[in-house]
Amino acid sequence: MAYVLNEEQSMLKDSAKEFLKNNAPVAQLRQLRDDNDSKGYNESTWQQMVEMGWTALTIPEEYEGMNFGYLGLGQILEESGRTLTSSPLLSSVAMATAAINIAGSDAQKKDYLKRLSHGEITATLAIDETARHNPNVIKSSLQSQNGSFLLNGTKVFVPDANISDFIIVSCIDASGNDSMVILDSKSDGITITREHLMDYRNYGTVELNNVKVSSDQILANANKHTIERTLDVARVAVAAELYGSSVEAFERSVAYLKERKQFGVELATFQGLQHRCAIMFCELELAQSAVLNALNAIDRGDEDIRLAASTAKAKVCKVAQLVSNEGVQLFGGIGMTDDEEIGFFLKRARVGMAMLGDYNFHLDRFAVLNGY
Amino acid sequence: MATTDTVTFKSEVRDFIEANCPEALRKPVKKFEDYFWGGKKSAGGTDEQIKWFNAMKERGWTVPHWPKEYGGGGLSAEENKIFLNEMAKAGARKPLFSFGISMLGPALLKFGNEAQKKEHLTKIANGEIWWCQGYSEPGAGSDLAALQTRAEDKGDHYLVNGQKVWTSYADKADWIFCLVRTDPNAPKHSGISFLLIDMESEGVSTRPIKLISGKSPFCETFFDNVKVPKENLVGQENMGWSIATFLLTHERSMIGGIGDTDVKQALHDFALGQMGSDDNGKLADPLLRKEIAEIELDARTLDMTIQRSLEEAKSGKPIGARSSFFKYAYTEINKRRYEAMVAAAGVNGLGWEGEKYNDGAVAKQFCRTKGNSIEGGTSEVQLNIIAKRILHLRGKK
Repeated sequence: MAYVLNEEQSMLKDSAKEFLKNNAPVAQLRQLRDDNDSKGYNESTWQQMVEMGWTALTIPEEYEGMNFGYLGLGQILEESGRTLTSSPLLSSVAMATAAINIAGSDAQKKDYLKRLSHGEITATLAIDETARHNPNVIKSSLQSQNGSFLLNGTKVFVPDANISDFIIVSCIDASGNDSMVILDSKSDGITITREHLMDYRNYGTVELNNVKVSSDQILANANKHTIERTLDVARVAVAAELYGSSVEAFERSVAYLKERKQFGVELATFQGLQHRCAIMFCELELAQSAVLNALNAIDRGDEDIRLAASTAKAKVCKVAQLVSNEGVQLFGGIGMTDDEEIGFFLKRARVGMAMLGDYNFHLDRFAVLNGY
Repeated sequence: MATTDTVTFKSEVRDFIEANCPEALRKPVKKFEDYFWGGKKSAGGTDEQIKWFNAMKERGWTVPHWPKEYGGGGLSAEENKIFLNEMAKAGARKPLFSFGISMLGPALLKFGNEAQKKEHLTKIANGEIWWCQGYSEPGAGSDLAALQTRAEDKGDHYLVNGQKVWTSYADKADWIFCLVRTDPNAPKHSGISFLLIDMESEGVSTRPIKLISGKSPFCETFFDNVKVPKENLVGQENMGWSIATFLLTHERSMIGGIGDTDVKQALHDFALGQMGSDDNGKLADPLLRKEIAEIELDARTLDMTIQRSLEEAKSGKPIGARSSFFKYAYTEINKRRYEAMVAAAGVNGLGWEGEKYNDGAVAKQFCRTKGNSIEGGTSEVQLNIIAKRILHLRGKK
């Protein structure tokens, strides 16, 4: 059965829910923000995630992973979306690990996946070069020089760039083909500027100025196709997390309507509000199926996951927008205050919606893939 | 897991369909009337329909998952799934279509006594009786439990007086299953009973209703001092509401596309056929293209959700009140689909008569879809149910 979690997956989801609720609730993100924390995430929480094996989930056993699959990872991302937890889960475990899984050589996998699996290193994926996601235009490029290469370019909106040990960069290689290289983030010529975005998480602008790249840093099977597949896996991961944030914002709104009284009765008694909640419930049901379908497509090893990925990201973007807006509105004046957490969900939703292609990007791609 | 038995059964079904289903019945039906409905008054069906129906009836496969003693095929859930898959693969039509199979049957299986099952289920399975449904009344639409059709206890029989509306195909039906009020003094949900009435009884009459889409199968049905034997009461007296809600949940799942295996032309293919594409192969009108993509995105995710709920049902999580979600989502998407079709076709989507306009197929169906979110419980009623029964949004009492 594709849409129903098996016992192991359910247990993983439950334990993730419990752990995140107790150890990394929204209050943790608020604290990191208020402290202007230089790392932007809680290292001890991350170490516990590593100990629980979350970093190993999508890595094959031969590279010392658990080969548990993306449906499993998706459940953790959904739960961390509920708590708005800032951690390298999305950047390192979902995105960068996928890039190496998909485009790395055996030697590269032995080198990097093993260390990623054990949480010895973190990595991220640098794709965007323009304000809006447009992966078809890559200007960052490699030039040959004395048997190795020099990389130049600028990457923006790179998640966790400031805290990652390695950065995987999409670029044009010396022959003019699409490629990916993996860089030690401390290499000469790399300047990382931390960007403070609306959701208080870690992002960076990465400037690459004559960065020396050896041929073994070029992901062996990187090409237009594998970059797109990497992106699609990453998009599904973003969608899974954003779905989790959306469900949480919705459930908090519904709970608030049952508590808050006006005109002497609970807001829950007003049909004008009941119907809006019922519509959100319907939209979330559809979004959940789209996410599960896409996670399954990855685990099944479907040759083409593009349609599944764009369906999931587009639907979740639309629902995240609806639910986060309604959340603030249903909380009323209190929803506009920084003390109330619903605003954190609105802010996270907008960033998640923009990551790796927004609603219009994926709706257009959905139409193109369907032949119109 | 494919066992020897299931593999054998699969090829048995496949061979049977191959040998017995006429070619003409292997394409999708365009309207309900393309199905064979059985019944005493029906015109009898085409030769192909009769041949297919008889072959399937012989095996009990008009109702493959019903018990054999009531004319069914006695298939296990696993076998039934294989059966339905093979039917869908061959594009083979159901040999018999009726509200008896889809609505009354499940209710009788759950609530009927042995005599009622033996009598009515067998005749449904054999296509002998065409059933229609008597629920709504002029004063009881969304507020169904306000129904006033009265069934008075007269000792050995009930005396029924009142009026039902939206009784689909009542003019063709042989029997009607009805909600009637047996206790006018009880709270409205507690005075309702579920009664089976022979349409040939003295005092029953019907009148067709014309819709904004033109001709329709809907009727009004009148009961004027109709005598109904007591043995036609299903379940206990005054306990009919629980049967009604069971059936409504079932009906909503059906309207909501659960089990809908018909293959429809993709909306975007229809639109491409009407207006063509630009140099990049994108639909000529970019704004309508966006709208169509949104509709198809929602339709695709609904298909996934239907699949998900079938799997959840198998793993022990019944659909329950979520049938309201399916009913709401499916009908609202269908309305949007026809809005887009009319927009894409321009004047050709507005033509009402004439060969040029395929006798107004698009325009009439467009009008008809407006009823999708009214019949079987309005969209607003579905949202009420979701809000109250799933989200528990109501005042503390």
